[in-house]
Amino acid sequence: MAVEGVTDLGVLKALGAGLAAIGMVGSGVGLGLAFGKFFEAVGRQPAMEDRLKTYLFIGMALIEAIALFAFVIAIMIIFVI
Amino acid sequence: MIDPLHQFAVSPIVTGTHAFLTVTNQTVWTGAAVAALSLIFLLGVSRMRLVPGRMQAFVELTFEFVQSLTRDTAGKAALPFMPLIFTIFLFVAALNVISLVPHSFAVTSQFATTAYMSVLVLVMVIGVGFYKQGLHFVAMFVPKGTPWWLLPLITPLEIILFFCRPFTLAVRLAANMVAGHVLLEMFAGFCIMLVGLKWLAATAVFPMLMLIAIYALEVFVALLQAYIFTVLTCVYLNEALHGH
Repeated sequence: MAVEGVTDLGVLKALGAGLAAIGMVGSGVGLGLAFGKFFEAVGRQPAMEDRLKTYLFIGMALIEAIALFAFVIAIMIIFVI
Repeated sequence: MIDPLHQFAVSPIVTGTHAFLTVTNQTVWTGAAVAALSLIFLLGVSRMRLVPGRMQAFVELTFEFVQSLTRDTAGKAALPFMPLIFTIFLFVAALNVISLVPHSFAVTSQFATTAYMSVLVLVMVIGVGFYKQGLHFVAMFVPKGTPWWLLPLITPLEIILFFCRPFTLAVRLAANMVAGHVLLEMFAGFCIMLVGLKWLAATAVFPMLMLIAIYALEVFVALLQAYIFTVLTCVYLNEALHGH
């Protein structure tokens, strides 16, 4: 398992892309929290659903942006660099 | 053996004299989606009745769905933008759904296609914002109630976030489509590989069942992504019309 023996850049690229994709974990947790709280809130007060849905989508866009940045970095490591 | 990314290759079908005259599979399937949409909607409105038939009911329900979505998200002032929002919704939905036809091409998986649409939304939002609010539109980069010593940090961040929007809007759609189609192709590949095993060929039923389930999920995701694209367009438009 000697790292200095790795001469194939593709191996390191694949590793790097995999590591970069770890950033999606936080986004997954965040999305779960956001949607879970949304369902909870609508269950408590169904009349607020339309207002809350708008805020949910704004929040979802922001949370998912993080995962998308991680995805793009991973793709860039494989295909661009 | 399985090359799941091969299906996203844009290949020329009729090579023209210039690059922009070349007909690719992308062009063909965009055209097919638009033609199918036009056919459905022309049939829907061709013989208008007080009690709508199937086609007319479909057209009316779709229109009312997007109209109420626009009104709820961006307010009554956004209703003049209905034609654009409705077009975006139908275009994305039709392209997503038609990409699920076997042997077709996933047009919305191309980042270039989605980026054109999202940059159009960005340009529209900036234009509408400055037209409706004048220079006050810039105030959306300064959230209310921010302490003055945080402003040098918050304002650049807000500006960066604003210009990241079309990027995330485009990548969200493209990445979802790519992921879905890769998943479908992987499971289809499992089926073929298991059939190749002589004694265990019957086990190919399991990935086949999964494939059917994932396909159903993808139909849902195709429509959901069109909905999300539309909702986010309305949300951004709302900020341009009414401020932060």
